[in-house]
Amino acid sequence: MPADRISISQFLLKRSGGARIDLSDVLTYLYLTLGTILMFGPVLWLVASSFKTQAGLVKYPPPLLPYQQVQVEVEGYDKPLPLFKVTLGDGSLRELAQVRRVGIEAQMVDPANPAAETIKVNIRQREPVEEVRLAWENYLDPLVELENFDFFTYLKNSVIVTTVATVITLVINSMAAFALSKYRFKGRDAIFVLFISTLMIPITVILVPVFLVITSIGWKNNLWGVIIPGAATPTGIFLLRQYMLTIPDELLDAARIDGASEWHIYWRIILPLARPALAVLAIFSVMWRWNDFLWPLIVLSQNDYFTLQVGLNAFQGELQIQWHYVLAMTVVTLLPITLVFAFLQRFITTGIATTGMK
Amino acid sequence: MRKVLAYLVILVLLASALPAMAQDMTELRIRWYNDGNEGEVLRDLLDRFEADNPDISVEIDTVPYSAILENLPLDLAAGEGPDMARVTDLGGLAQYYLDMTPYLSDPAYWEDNFGPFLNWKRLGDDDSSIPGFMTQLTITGPFINRTLFEQAGIDVPSDMSDSVTWEEWAAASIAVAETLEIPYPMAMDRSGHRFAGPAISMGAQYFDDMGHPTVMDEGFRNMAELFVNWHLDGTMHPEMWPLSEGYAGANEEFANAELVFYMSGSWQVGQFSEQIGDAFDWQTVPNPCGPGGCTGMPGGAALVGIGATEHPEEVTRVMEYLASQEVLGEFAARTLFIPAHAGLSASGVDFDTDLQLAKDSLGVFVGQVGTLEQTAFDLQAYAYNRNVFNATRDRLTQAMVGELTLDEAIERIQDDVDTALAEVSG
Amino acid sequence: MLGLFDPVARSFLLLLVTAVDRVLTPIQRRVGIDRMGYIFVLPNLLIFGIFVLFPMLLNFYYAMTGGTKLFPADRPFVGLGNFENLFDCEDFLSPNSCQEDLFWRGIFNTIQYVILQVSGIVLFSLATALVLNRRIVARGFFRSVFFYPVLLSPVVVALIWKWVLQHEGVLNAIVEIFGGESRRWLLDTNWAMFWVVFVSVWALMGFYTLILLAGLQSIPPELYEASSIDGANTWQDFRFVTLPLLMPTMFVVLVLSLIRAVQMFDHIFVLTGGGPGTRTQLMVQYIYTTGFSNQIQLFGLSAAASMVLGISLLILTLLQLRVGNQSSLA
Repeated sequence: MPADRISISQFLLKRSGGARIDLSDVLTYLYLTLGTILMFGPVLWLVASSFKTQAGLVKYPPPLLPYQQVQVEVEGYDKPLPLFKVTLGDGSLRELAQVRRVGIEAQMVDPANPAAETIKVNIRQREPVEEVRLAWENYLDPLVELENFDFFTYLKNSVIVTTVATVITLVINSMAAFALSKYRFKGRDAIFVLFISTLMIPITVILVPVFLVITSIGWKNNLWGVIIPGAATPTGIFLLRQYMLTIPDELLDAARIDGASEWHIYWRIILPLARPALAVLAIFSVMWRWNDFLWPLIVLSQNDYFTLQVGLNAFQGELQIQWHYVLAMTVVTLLPITLVFAFLQRFITTGIATTGMK
Repeated sequence: MRKVLAYLVILVLLASALPAMAQDMTELRIRWYNDGNEGEVLRDLLDRFEADNPDISVEIDTVPYSAILENLPLDLAAGEGPDMARVTDLGGLAQYYLDMTPYLSDPAYWEDNFGPFLNWKRLGDDDSSIPGFMTQLTITGPFINRTLFEQAGIDVPSDMSDSVTWEEWAAASIAVAETLEIPYPMAMDRSGHRFAGPAISMGAQYFDDMGHPTVMDEGFRNMAELFVNWHLDGTMHPEMWPLSEGYAGANEEFANAELVFYMSGSWQVGQFSEQIGDAFDWQTVPNPCGPGGCTGMPGGAALVGIGATEHPEEVTRVMEYLASQEVLGEFAARTLFIPAHAGLSASGVDFDTDLQLAKDSLGVFVGQVGTLEQTAFDLQAYAYNRNVFNATRDRLTQAMVGELTLDEAIERIQDDVDTALAEVSG
Repeated sequence: MLGLFDPVARSFLLLLVTAVDRVLTPIQRRVGIDRMGYIFVLPNLLIFGIFVLFPMLLNFYYAMTGGTKLFPADRPFVGLGNFENLFDCEDFLSPNSCQEDLFWRGIFNTIQYVILQVSGIVLFSLATALVLNRRIVARGFFRSVFFYPVLLSPVVVALIWKWVLQHEGVLNAIVEIFGGESRRWLLDTNWAMFWVVFVSVWALMGFYTLILLAGLQSIPPELYEASSIDGANTWQDFRFVTLPLLMPTMFVVLVLSLIRAVQMFDHIFVLTGGGPGTRTQLMVQYIYTTGFSNQIQLFGLSAAASMVLGISLLILTLLQLRVGNQSSLA
């Protein structure tokens, strides 16, 4: 115990290099601790819940760990029987397996002595015997067994949409930002204002017209119909343009004197220099596309083209929400983005900090 | 960075080169949603069909139920629909259905067995088209937790009388809940369709003399008042109606034995068999009574052919297979759905469950078919009934949370219905 | 493994880039350098025109039509009829007196939500940025912790919190452990608005925190040294050094968060569905349900409402830019 205390105080003291901890430090770490619980706690709870059985999910107060009733094989019975702890008439406690239940009476059998007669027990005198077991079937059923939920197709589609859309977004947004920051042509400012002003219009409110455009192009049930419409992001153009404005024009002029073409300048000078801003846009694009739901649901109506988010939502039927699957599959969609983030977090968080987001 | 870009560009090109699959067989698509295991059962049945009919393959596109309600109509209007679809807005989408009559080998089979339900899927003056069949017939009605009644030592009202009123059920449920300290005496699915049965029992007419939908009568108001007040005084589960968008159910509360009386419908039986099993005695009781009868609402989902399909003959072959007495019987048995098929109703379905509670419950629902009022059938057959149901649901909810008075709410329901209908005819 | 493809990938990319160059160089010779801007902006402009600008014009036309048909050509022209319906009120402050009462409830709820949510975001992301800007251990870790929810999709965010807040949920279990009474968090009209705001602040503040953190780190440390020589305390440091220099960044945060708050939809739709009653129903939800999720889909009315939303956002942003310009001049 004392060893622990020392290491914790060392940990805290590290900050001011051995100086005393003042009130503001205590408050700082209190804030950070509370913040961590608040930000991560709900997500962890989701993960924990996703390993509970359907019966376990409706228990209140919700147990921290995924309990399941123990099932035992009893000789003479085809199916495993649920095990109960029973208080018998003489006050003794025994573990019995339930054969069936009639009204408030349960017929129990002693697993050790299955040949003996069944014992009749009032249902209020028995408690299920439970053990901790992870309900992997919440994950495995949708992935393997449910024939209508083709997880790997959805995953493939999500990956294609996310990567292709991100590449296209990066290329065309950076080209546009290059034009808007480094050239003087008629209508430039008007175009810029036009782009930016669409920040105001969420796609939710123009769903029907965009749907019409997509069907008349013939992109219904086509991944291009998901990828292309969102590629001209105003946020991306704004972000990249602001960053490119800081690249000195002299660099471009020097290259021009050396006979470089404009495309060459874009590819060899602007793109490499704009790398931090491109990285930030890339991350946002991945995030948007991976999580996108409303729009793909409108474009895609055939299983073969579903993205993960659309396929997942199919678990929410008319009359019942299959919570045990919904929770498990939500965790599955969280995983890739969490992993990407875990590996790239330094890059991401400092990337946003160093781009011209001001 | 640039290396990464290069890989990505290659990926783009590969993706764009993804060819449309060459087909030498007819591929049909079904737009489908799931409440339970019916999608798996259907797939299983279709696999057998495909084995016998190598020239047809059937794909099931499982979508969220909300996409059946919201996206499918748009797709159909734009001519981008599937070949078949499982729908619940039976009349509203009727203009898009395929009339299979010319392709059917035995139209009489369909008329004989699905007769009463075909007009739910037909437009006004059409009395002959055969667009599809019901995957299940649903009947609304209450479930009770009999074990709770027993433990509280209170008699189950329906054991003693054949016509129990809503008020009597409410009183008994409250008594049970208070004795056992159970949080919710009663609950009703958040749905105007569920509300309609009780309302008709209280005397609501739902249609005026001209056949135009109306909620401006004494019967509707009486049930609405009872219902809103039950939410205010805690008789009804206070969260479900006020706090939701669209549909909400009380499955969890009922399965947790926190609810005495749950007004829902026959489609719950499969789910309850799984969720509750025999943990307590759950039971279906006959619909409560009022001056207008003791009725629930019929309903259900239908599998229909879509008129825009390029393969009407193949669609019809699939439908004939699925609608055959044997296959539909297996579908019903495995999903615990009540079949809407005269032959199966006569022969009965041996439901595929060991649970006596489930069998009994389905039996009560089947028995309820005879007690349904004509108004309930008319309302179910009315093409724009969802328009009425949704307005009822949303406006009564506003009355519960005090945003509208009851009379304002009823006026708003009528107003919403009229406004939308005016746009349809205009 | 990937290394094997490396030369292939590189030469492929080179080929592609050279090919584009081949096409563009003659064009450049003809139009001159400055007009190459048009070429570079073209792909983006095309996509923008087809999938954003044109649908917006179409939307404008929809707003002038009635009926329930999907194709604009089939729809009867009604002029400003839809707008008249939206603004048909006896008393603009009382939604119940309006023909489209839900539209007005949406407006009032949106105003309240925006004020609460934007102040919540500014307050908490500023506090968090200040804390993260101190010399702390594991700063990278904590920075990630606060940013993580930003990555989650709105549906996931709402599902997580719905799961926590439900009556049989973990929050009530915790409250009961501490002797409190369990409660229906989303049923109480005031708590519902609180949680709706709370959840969206939870989900979005990480992004703004990072922007503010960047702003804080760009403040030269010499300024703090100077002020400490002048004997300033921590509060004075904050008031006279940090805050003024952070103002431009704060302004960006304010504009961005405000635009997003007015557009808010998914989080709330999944969390409360706009309830209890219509307490948390915002403008975008009205537009969505009117045009999309009712059995009889009123595209015209919905389009008209979306135009009102767009125009008010435009005015709001222009106002802000004006105020922003003035304050940065001062």
